[in-house]
Amino acid sequence: MITAGRFAKRAPGWSGVRIRPDAVAAWCFLLPTLLLLLLVAVYPLLYSFFLSMTNAQVSGPVLFIGLQNFVRLLHTAIFTLTLSNTLWYTLGAVTIKLVLGLALALVLSQQVPGMRWIRGAVLIPWVVPTSMAMLAWTWMFDSTYSVVNWVLMHLRVVSEPIAWLGTPRLARFAVTLVNVWSGLPFFGINFLAGLVSIPQELYEAATVDGAGPFVRFRQVTLPLLRPVLATVVLFSVVMTSSDFATIFILTKGGPQNMTQILSTLAFKLGLATGDLGNAAAISLYLFPVLAVSTYAQVRLMRRVWQW
Amino acid sequence: MVSSARRRVLVTYLTATPFVIFALFPLVWMLMTSLKTNIELYDLAQNPFLVRAGVTWEHYRFLFTQTAFPLWLRNSAVVATTTSILSVVLAVLAAYALARLRFPLAEAVTTFVFIVYLVPTTLLFLPLARLMALFHLSNTLWSLIVAYPAFMVPFATWMLTAYFTTIPRDVEESALVDGCTRLSALRHVVLPLARPGIITAALFGFTLAWSEFIYALTFISTTELKTVTTGVVVDLIRGDFFYWGSLMGGALVASLPVVLLFALFFDQYVAGLTAGAVRG
Repeated sequence: MITAGRFAKRAPGWSGVRIRPDAVAAWCFLLPTLLLLLLVAVYPLLYSFFLSMTNAQVSGPVLFIGLQNFVRLLHTAIFTLTLSNTLWYTLGAVTIKLVLGLALALVLSQQVPGMRWIRGAVLIPWVVPTSMAMLAWTWMFDSTYSVVNWVLMHLRVVSEPIAWLGTPRLARFAVTLVNVWSGLPFFGINFLAGLVSIPQELYEAATVDGAGPFVRFRQVTLPLLRPVLATVVLFSVVMTSSDFATIFILTKGGPQNMTQILSTLAFKLGLATGDLGNAAAISLYLFPVLAVSTYAQVRLMRRVWQW
Repeated sequence: MVSSARRRVLVTYLTATPFVIFALFPLVWMLMTSLKTNIELYDLAQNPFLVRAGVTWEHYRFLFTQTAFPLWLRNSAVVATTTSILSVVLAVLAAYALARLRFPLAEAVTTFVFIVYLVPTTLLFLPLARLMALFHLSNTLWSLIVAYPAFMVPFATWMLTAYFTTIPRDVEESALVDGCTRLSALRHVVLPLARPGIITAALFGFTLAWSEFIYALTFISTTELKTVTTGVVVDLIRGDFFYWGSLMGGALVASLPVVLLFALFFDQYVAGLTAGAVRG
């Protein structure tokens, strides 16, 4: 404020005078937020980089060992399995959410009586705390009392109960399905928002030109939905690859680490074993995904939103 | 003959049905499980969709009298309320600066806030746990009150920045000409106009904080200090006893506050959920 006052006195009438007090006020308003983010997000992230390059345990001396953790991990069977699990989990879940999300958005865009209720109902999985829903899914996939099995057996799809969470391939399917369950609302509602912002005249023009529903979808809907599709997919790649509660509660990474992903392995090593150096290195293998996705999103945001 | 309009309605309902069942089934299953007697729950010969032996409140009675469940609810309420208020206050100030004030680096700060918004909690829980121990905050609700705003403030700032830019400048500028300071212009002119946006940001923050899992799991180990999400998951599953009745009851009660808020403020939630995709 002192600076602003002096500045104003020295150069009255200069247009810069209006900018100066603004800048002081701006930094005052931003200070609490910036301090908080530096302290609780940036600092821990940097600290994580530091830990990953040490042999830190919960207690005892800390030795700097460079990139040794990262290199050694790549030669560990459990870690490479975990890395590929994370990759397939993310790829599988995001693809299914993308396809089903588009279908859901098309259904939700229809104007029929009661659509508000349908929209509300399909958004519920987003609202319910993930960990609480995961308990319900664990129970629904229970080895003895699974309601899913009961239904499948009565529809004569299977003849005996299936161990959903105890069989490697089925467990992978189950955790992906459950991730789709919790992530689908976000896809559906954002695609819907994108759909309704497409001008109706474009569809009318396409219809006049003789385009059927499929051609209209491919030539009008998809191209105009591209920015929304990109934003949602990029966001979901980060969220899915760093998912924790789904796997931690449903399978704990089992059976035999077949559903282990980076976050659950880092948690296991860091908290159960106390091997902080390796745990930090494991979770930082997520960092490239985060960096690429963030870069792409910032680029996208700048194009959509003019500063 | 069925008119094409009525056929469209019918087709819409038919295609919506699987999505609705898929979305709601886990909640329905929580409710059904929590109301059945143990004898019926663990009888394999029974049709699990029917309640033959009558409804029981036993699981809920157990939950509220024999466990720390009421404490967990209280802890969650305390943490979620405190952090959402705190986050909205910080975000209003920051968003106002980013949306309204001209200063060098405004663009860089906006990008920075956006990037922090994308950093997942699974990347931060480990170093944060160390830092909490260092500052003697481990195993206190304070650890959560300090940590949660880190993901709540960026989202709220981002949403409110977009919201503030939709408020016409002239209203505020006339207040400034009348001798208001920036802060009082913000309080008396901008805030009342931004109420819907602020409510959305607060509701969203509350929901995120209420549902948070990994920080609460890592920072807090004492049963009585747990939040409802970690309490139900970690401390209700014990021994070889079948606790599914009370477990599902707990999961349902823990979901109810946010589901109710969602039902009451449906439009605000939709606005918040789509804030990222359709701006501009």
